[in-house]
Amino acid sequence: MAFTLPELPYSYDALEPHFDQETMEIHHSRHHQTYVNSLNAALEGSELSGLAVDEVITKLDQVPAEKRTAVRNHGGGHSNHSFFWKNLKIGTTLSGDLKAAIEKDFGSFETFQQQFEKAATTVFGSGWAWLVKKDAALKIVTTHNQDSPLMGEAVAGTSGFPIIGLDVWEHAYYLKYRNKRPDYIKAYWEVVNWDEASRRYKQSS
Amino acid sequence: MSTTLVKNSALRSALRPTAPTAAKRAALTLTATRGKATLPDLPYDYGALEPAISGKIMELHHSKHHNTYVTSYNAASEKMAEAVQKGDITAQIATQPLINFHGGGHTNHTLFWENLAPKSSGGGEPPSGPLGQSIDKHFGSLDAMKENFNAALAGIQGSGWAWLVQDNQTGALQIKTYANQDPVVGQFHPVLGIDAWEHAYYLQYENRKAEYFKNIWDVINWKAADKRFK
Repeated sequence: MAFTLPELPYSYDALEPHFDQETMEIHHSRHHQTYVNSLNAALEGSELSGLAVDEVITKLDQVPAEKRTAVRNHGGGHSNHSFFWKNLKIGTTLSGDLKAAIEKDFGSFETFQQQFEKAATTVFGSGWAWLVKKDAALKIVTTHNQDSPLMGEAVAGTSGFPIIGLDVWEHAYYLKYRNKRPDYIKAYWEVVNWDEASRRYKQSS
Repeated sequence: MSTTLVKNSALRSALRPTAPTAAKRAALTLTATRGKATLPDLPYDYGALEPAISGKIMELHHSKHHNTYVTSYNAASEKMAEAVQKGDITAQIATQPLINFHGGGHTNHTLFWENLAPKSSGGGEPPSGPLGQSIDKHFGSLDAMKENFNAALAGIQGSGWAWLVQDNQTGALQIKTYANQDPVVGQFHPVLGIDAWEHAYYLQYENRKAEYFKNIWDVINWKAADKRFK
């Protein structure tokens, strides 16, 4: 059973002007599609191809050594981007248990924002910034390339259940923001889907 | 020809208020900023590498990305000097990744601009002499080397560079990839590098990086590579 590119729950221009239509289209229909195609190729004939991708990336040690890097990169890419599209929506508000938890673990929402922005800004090269739930607390972590916190400490250098996440690969922002990654990060706050984040936070308890 | 160069040079300088003139740079080097990195001038106009690399990319790549590595390296370097002076070892170790990243970025891009040239200045002209012979010896032919090189570039995950490097002990040529801005150091020295970071091609090629890897050979300056070959 092959992995497939999930449809976006919105049109390519739905996140304008913060995330531009052209980037959304190329990001989804080309970059993410390529991760899906490459993952299918890497897992052809493997039992793991019947599992959900979020499970596959926790079982990298079961992948034959010569395929492991490909499954890590493309499985991570497919998992991360599938999560990312749902993590974006204009007009949501942070509230309820998640808001309380952020204020508790970071002191204030502003402090959390600053720390998240710093983490996202200082990723060297390609990677992601995440808010994760780990051991009953919220933490900000970063991963390299297409690693996911779901892969665990031994693989990704960190762990946790993603609540929100931001792609800081240059392809995620270059067409509109050029080299100005901080501007892209600021724009993220206009499109982060707090409804989905709250749902995930509840799910993780 | 010379008036065009002067005009563009002045234009470039005007666009880069932080880049000192040659005279100022010389003066600065002798005083408080000894050891400070500076953004090198390009020996060609931003648009000179078209159609392989667009002028828009060259301008952003040089005046923004490379310039940021320069200023960030200088800031990290100052932090390091302070930490050394205070004898604060943990601070030194904490600052080291910034030196690696921004210093590597400055080094890599400086080498990169040198190993690119417009077709009118020999860009794309194949190597001759000892380097050409060594390439034939190690790879079979220049085309075989390029295929190898492009396969290495295509295989880079995330951000990085591919380099034709020379072994400092044996003199042998090899193709190696380096992640992020890791510079070529240690056992090898750099002969020729190609930037595979998305910012190097995205505005023009989007995700079609194989096309970028194919086209850039039209503007590779083998004369610079010749000089680096020992």
